[in-house]
Amino acid sequence: MEDQRKPEKHKTSTTSSLLWFFGISTCVKLLLIPSYHSTDFEVHRNWLAITHSLPLDQWYIDKTSPWTLDYPPFFAYFECILSFFAHLVDPKMVDLEKGLNYKAESVVLFQRLSVIVCDLVLLYGVYRLSKNFSMGFKERVLMWVLVVWSPGLVIVDHMHFQYNGFLLGLLMMSISYLMEGRDLMGGFIFAVLLCFKHLFAVAAPVYFVYLLRHYCWKGFVKGFGRISVLGAVVVAVFAAAYGPFVYHGQMQQVISRMFPFGRGLCHAYWAPNFWVFYIILDKGLAFLLRKLGLNIPVPAASFTGGLVGDSSPFAILPQVTPLTTFIMVLLALFPCLIKIWKNPQPRSTARWIAYAYMCGFLFGWHVHEKASLHFVIPLAIVAGNSLEDARHYFLLSIVSCYSLFPLLYEAQEYPIKVLLLLLHSFLMWHSFSALFTEDATAKAVVSAKKTDRQVGLKGSSSDFVGKGGFHVGWIGRCYLFGLLVVEIWGQFLHPYLLGEKLPFVPLLLISIYCALEIMYSWIWQLRQIMVST
Amino acid sequence: MEKERKKVQKPKRETESNNLYDVSCSFFQKGIMGSFLLISIFGLLLRVSVSLHSYSGAGSPPKFGDFEAQRHWMEITTNLPIKDWYSNTTYNDLSYWGLDYPPLTAYQSYFHGLILKYFDPNSVSLFTSRGHETHFGKLLMRWTVLSSDLLIFFPAVLYFVFVYHGGNRSSGDKSDVAWHIAVILLNPCLILIDHGHFQYNCISLGLTLGAVAAVLSRKNLLACVLFCLSLNHKQMSAYYAPAFFGHLFGSCLRRKNPALEVLSRLAPFERGIYEDYVANFWCSTSILIKWKRLFTTHSLRLVSLVATTLTFLPSMIQQILAPSSKGFLYGLLNSSFAFYLFSFQVHEKSILLPLLPATLLAMELPGVHSMLLMLCALLSMFPLLCRDKLVVPYMALYASSILLYLAPSGRRHIKKHLPRPMITFSIVTIHFVCSLTFHIIYLTIRPPEKYPYLFEAMIMNFCFSHILGFTVYTNAKQWMLSRQIFIWGQRKET
Repeated sequence: MEDQRKPEKHKTSTTSSLLWFFGISTCVKLLLIPSYHSTDFEVHRNWLAITHSLPLDQWYIDKTSPWTLDYPPFFAYFECILSFFAHLVDPKMVDLEKGLNYKAESVVLFQRLSVIVCDLVLLYGVYRLSKNFSMGFKERVLMWVLVVWSPGLVIVDHMHFQYNGFLLGLLMMSISYLMEGRDLMGGFIFAVLLCFKHLFAVAAPVYFVYLLRHYCWKGFVKGFGRISVLGAVVVAVFAAAYGPFVYHGQMQQVISRMFPFGRGLCHAYWAPNFWVFYIILDKGLAFLLRKLGLNIPVPAASFTGGLVGDSSPFAILPQVTPLTTFIMVLLALFPCLIKIWKNPQPRSTARWIAYAYMCGFLFGWHVHEKASLHFVIPLAIVAGNSLEDARHYFLLSIVSCYSLFPLLYEAQEYPIKVLLLLLHSFLMWHSFSALFTEDATAKAVVSAKKTDRQVGLKGSSSDFVGKGGFHVGWIGRCYLFGLLVVEIWGQFLHPYLLGEKLPFVPLLLISIYCALEIMYSWIWQLRQIMVST
Repeated sequence: MEKERKKVQKPKRETESNNLYDVSCSFFQKGIMGSFLLISIFGLLLRVSVSLHSYSGAGSPPKFGDFEAQRHWMEITTNLPIKDWYSNTTYNDLSYWGLDYPPLTAYQSYFHGLILKYFDPNSVSLFTSRGHETHFGKLLMRWTVLSSDLLIFFPAVLYFVFVYHGGNRSSGDKSDVAWHIAVILLNPCLILIDHGHFQYNCISLGLTLGAVAAVLSRKNLLACVLFCLSLNHKQMSAYYAPAFFGHLFGSCLRRKNPALEVLSRLAPFERGIYEDYVANFWCSTSILIKWKRLFTTHSLRLVSLVATTLTFLPSMIQQILAPSSKGFLYGLLNSSFAFYLFSFQVHEKSILLPLLPATLLAMELPGVHSMLLMLCALLSMFPLLCRDKLVVPYMALYASSILLYLAPSGRRHIKKHLPRPMITFSIVTIHFVCSLTFHIIYLTIRPPEKYPYLFEAMIMNFCFSHILGFTVYTNAKQWMLSRQIFIWGQRKET
């Protein structure tokens, strides 16, 4: 192909353009340093202190602060490395006792900058993806707009405070290796990722089936050899992570910290997933039956209070246990796994992995709204594949970003989150339109030779040229309008009309409304996976 | 012709960088409104994020800074009758941030004061609110600047771009138009001063910009109204007066319709003595010549008046002789440069005034020049912003303005106007090395006891040399313009 004939020029231009995108986003991130940060900020500071001032065998035992270490060991090692620099910047920051709730300017600057620097991993992941894959230049730019300028990442990482950019960077790297066909490397990086944050394990079945079929299923002898190699790699990664804790005999303790099932089915603010409907159905049924004269006891635990104990919070429908959610996720994944087994194609891996995280998000136990990033970011890789994909991504991405709004509840950040979402929607609109319309003016600029090449490169998208470009249809438009209504109700009308009454209603509305789109999107993705050849 | 040349060049260097340019072209295909919407949202985002940071005089009693001044004016105007606003009374202590801007500023303070009074009465109560600093109060104040920016500066930019690029059906390159909008809207100095340091320059500059657009679209009456409003918001707008005067007077002479007495009455005189370190002539040369010791204040005033007049006179004469749209923009730039360099009582922040026409001319001036001017202006405000604890937003916006010039359109723009690549490249390199050293020195090294303002003086001289160079260059450009017209006219005749 053309691309291979002049790899050098191609490469430098891609790199510099990508760096430009990254530079702009870094400027915005720098400006956001003094913005609101959640308790996660103190959580991570505490982890710096734990890993710096305690020996390794105390890491998962320490209880000085309520924010105990509950990520897998690689993340602890990572914090340990960071804490070395943190100690140089301000020794008080890594002090276990004196550092509690320490919020000096130096701490804010150090922690914020560490997140910004760690985003380089995301940059590398995106670079790998755009380097290898036979995308047109427009599609590449589209992916940068969607991933490097993702508003969700800015809200969660650079305002709320977490290291998702770094972790998603690892995921993107892993996907890029899978798409290249370097399965072993992809599996290795995924194993590393699991040892950074175990929430990513939802996609493990997809990886397992895919690697088994695509990498190992090559006849008996060769296959057996490959299985052993893959197994050895994974075991080695896990040994590196958990080895020291096994040595100290603390595996039980580490696992109990990492999986706190004592937490409830839903987070204090309900993530927009399947369980929202389940709870609503339960409440509705209870209400209805009470109206009919049946004596329905009010459950002791309530959802809206945020505190969920051991007793069942449901009045009528059966209690949901972690095992139930686990089975439901697996069931939801099952059709996809069969498809993978039948037709393991490297180019579909991104979609499958995103689908797995979507299942985890919809049916998982104690899901955070932030987890929606786990599927929105990988889906960006395939968003430019077809007009249909673009349409669905457009809505899904807006909804996912909108569902993050309750994270930033202070007035100071209100304009920022709204502007981020608006900017993202406009950028998506512009880039999808640029991708799917061959405007007369664009044609005039693009020289004849290039047009030929482009059509050759992405024959699939040229089919859509005739259909009149990018639009979301009237249902999509109505839905977006509804989103606006929900926001206006929650922000302005509700406090004005009802005052302090029913304070949970605005959040509930956001959850339900966003859950609608995410459920729909999930069904669509499932269909897409089943239909694709 | 431009397009033809491009087509000829294309086959020669069919590279991927062209591709990126094409992508940005198709990206901005939706016309001026689409690009403007997109860029203005980004501009707002930058402004809101800068406003998260500290402001002038935060937590430094007893006098605080510009933030307190603006808040105090709101306090005065909302609590006292209009006749007492400017006079020293028992309720109005003029020595504590007395109102020293023209009445429109006072009305604006009154209006914003009413808003503050509605949401947070404590922040504007008489006397007791002095040094009022709360999170909510800061937020409200920040939002008043944001809304003024959005309601005045942004529409003015849109108006200007529509006039300059000939409406939505313009034949020009959409991507270049978008870049032009970005250069005007994302002016880092304006963002830092208004939303970081805290001032309302967006209002007076927005009004001026509206006046400029009105002049370009031949709506002279509207232009007069807008420019007078601008003058009545900040007397500094008088920096532009010679250009307005020259251009309008020149076009009046041609049209025999002298309806512009309003403007001719505006005397661009400034009063006072320089205090702070500014990259202008008096401050920079004071290292060698002790102006204050050699001359009395009165004679200095005269000298500076003469110097200023002599500097803006050529560009004004050019406009009287041959008024043209481009010449008018150059005139604005040159006259504001003249005032910045030679008038008295110039503040660091006054660099905003020449920057506005410089950004308007971004499509005309060579890319390298306008980039260097922007960076110089930023550097000249660096000591001020350091005092305001705005180093982080400063760095972020410094980087973003470089990135803006490295955007596909900007890069093409820089390449297009490059006369001698090697020389330009070395100049740019020297500039970057120098400013990097200045930044690092200023941030890390303490100045010697004997010369506490040594580094400020160094920075100011560096910036002064650049700005002086620019002034000479843009004046020459303006006169070349009239020569071109002249030659063109001669050809027409023959």
